[in-house]
This record gives sequence, C-alpha cells and structure tokens, in this order.
Amino acid sequence: MQKTINLFVGIFVLLGLVALLFLSLRVSNLTSWSTASSYELVAYFDDIGGLKRRAAVRSAGVLVGRVSSIGFDDKRYQAVVTLEIDSSVSFPKDSSAQILTAGLLGEKYVGLLPGAEEQALKDKDRIRLTQSALGLESVISQFLYNREPGGSASK
Amino acid sequence: MTGLLDRVAHLGKWVIGVLIGLGAFARLCAAVIARLPRVVKRMELVSAQVHFLGNHSLAIILVSGLFVGLVLGLQGYYTLRRYGSEEALGLLVALSLVRELGPVVTALLFAGRAGTSLTAEIGLMKAGEQLAALEAMAVDPVERILGPRFLGGFIAMPLLAALFSALGVVGGWLVGVALIGVDAGAFWSQMSEGVDFWNDIINGVVKSMVFGFAVTSIALYMGYSSRPTPEGVSRATTATVVAGSLAVLGLDFVLTALMFSSN
Repeated sequence: MQKTINLFVGIFVLLGLVALLFLSLRVSNLTSWSTASSYELVAYFDDIGGLKRRAAVRSAGVLVGRVSSIGFDDKRYQAVVTLEIDSSVSFPKDSSAQILTAGLLGEKYVGLLPGAEEQALKDKDRIRLTQSALGLESVISQFLYNREPGGSASK
Repeated sequence: MTGLLDRVAHLGKWVIGVLIGLGAFARLCAAVIARLPRVVKRMELVSAQVHFLGNHSLAIILVSGLFVGLVLGLQGYYTLRRYGSEEALGLLVALSLVRELGPVVTALLFAGRAGTSLTAEIGLMKAGEQLAALEAMAVDPVERILGPRFLGGFIAMPLLAALFSALGVVGGWLVGVALIGVDAGAFWSQMSEGVDFWNDIINGVVKSMVFGFAVTSIALYMGYSSRPTPEGVSRATTATVVAGSLAVLGLDFVLTALMFSSN
C-alpha cells in the first residue's frame, strides 16, 4: 500500500516538475536568457524616452544583449544606460547607440550601429556616439513647426 | 446611555475575539513550523498526505486549467482580432495564467477540494477525542497529525499551480492554433518573448507557495480549533473555504502590488 502511494506521489511530483519545466523553457524566455558570459558597456543619452530595464539591445535587428540598468548622472544631467552584451559579439570602438522603437507604438530598445575602427569595445567601455529616443510628440511638433512658415505644402 | 455602552462593549468583545483567534492561529503556525524538522524524518506520513491532497486534486485542477485556457484563448482571440494582433494571443494566455489565474484559481480550488477535507478530518478527530487520546499516549498531535498535512499541502500546491498553468497554455494553444488557426510560430515566439523567467514564472511559483501555506494553515487551524460537535465541524469546514478564499484573494493583491509594480 505504502509502495503504491509512493509511486503515485512520485508520478504527481514528476508531472508538476515537467509542468514547471514546460513553463520555464517553452513559455518563458529562459532559453534566450544568459548572464553566463557577457560584458558591460555604458552609454549616456539626453533622453531615454520609455526605455526600461531588461529591454533588448539589437544590432541589425538581432538580439545581442539587454539593458541591465538605467540611472541618472547629476554631473552631466544625462541618463546612464548600462548594456549587457553577449561576450560572443564584439563591436568597434566608434560604434554608436540609439534608442529605437519597435513598430510605431511598440517597445523601446537600444540599437547598436557598428563603426569602422579596428579596436573593439571592451568591458566597462563607454559608447561615445549616442542618439536619444525619438518621441512621437517631438516628431509631430517638428513636422508642424517646419511646415508652418512655407504654408504652401498641401493646402 | 447604557445601550450605547453595551454597543461599545460589544465591539470591544468582537475585536478581542478576533485578536485571540489571530493569536491562536499564529501560535499554531509557529508550533507546526517548529516541528517541521522532526516531521521531515517521517517522510512516509508526508507522502501519504501529498497523495491525499495532491493526487486526488489532480483531476479537478487539470480539467479547470484546460478549460480556463480554452476560454482565455477564445475570448482573447475575439478581442485581439479587433486590433489585428491575434499573434499576441499566446502572450495574453501565458501571462494571465502564469501571473494570476494559475496560482489564484488553483488556490481557490485547493481550498475547496483539499482544505475542507483537512478541516473535516481534524475536526472529526477532535470530536472523536482521538487527538486527546494521542496526547494521552504521549504522542504530540501537532507533530503526528498537523505537521505532515501542512507539509503535504505546502508541497502539493505549487506543483498543482504549475500543472494548472501548463494545461491552461495547452488549452489556449488548442483553441488559438489548432482550432482557429493563429500562426503557431508567432503564438510561441511572442509568448516566450514577453514572459520573463524570473519576473513571471518564479514570481508565480512564489505566489502559489504563499497560497499553499495560507490555505493549508487556515484549514488546519479551523479543524484544530473547531468545536467538537457535528455543527462545530460543519461550521469549521465552511469557515475554511470562506477564510481561505478571502486570504488568497487578499494576499494575491498584496503580492501582485509588490512583485509587478516595479517595472
């Protein structure tokens, strides 16, 4: 009796663990998540828009890392964004970072545009060229401001 | 004047009664937890309880999980189709199951299916003076009776919640991909893109552990403190469902605010 109970309990526990495994491997992003080997880069932005921690870092559209922390530097009055880049990927020293939006209203992510220099960025290096988030509001206001004086656009 | 004083005294009596109940509950929890090291040494008692609380709840948990997933898939599809984003169906189903519905609905069902049986069993043991008999034989009823049941419920609850969520995702897949024809690749990739392992899965597991603790300890306390009469046991069983469900819903609000507000 005790043996069959133990067997059933074992099956139950195994089932539960399989369900957990399914949730972590198939449902969540555990498989694409690795801190095992990565290096950090720092970038200063004038405006990060709606960038959040754990946001994607992409280059040529491919996921190469994640945003590990966002802070504010009160000496430069800029946002400090720390990027966690997969150590299998390296970028030239004069690469630039920009904050982009997936789709029109989608999530913000950091795009890395590789430069042409020979030397590669190392751990804790700073990305010098940055471009801030382009908010929809500023685009619209720029558009309105620019077409105001001419007035001949399409009226 | 005396009528007003009586009212105030009545309120005072009620508050004192609630406080005494809470204190007795906390003391019982502390007593059970303090005896856990000795309970662990007799795993066969615990495994019998996991069998009783977990295996016997499997059917209702699996069927509920599947059907909640089916309904989520269907309703989510109808709403998402309006905005042309049916591909996000997997994300919607998985996030709502893993974060909220899995742990909460499992805990509510667990309170109804397993909590009541715990309360009734212990209440009847008390009414039959079996607990007193154990004590007379120098066997500690908290260690022998309550400990294994508490540990069994605490182990079974997270596993049941994980099964509920997994079956729910399968249910959402059945309706969304197999029946309606949402693209399978987009369904799974949007899901794994949006569900974070630490933020969502682990927090869901932590939630179900907290709920397991709450429901099991409330059920044990209600049985242990019930009046040893048929009416007392029946009241205690009802109180387990009511107090257990309310505790789960209240704790869920607090835990959600703590876990998911930061981002």
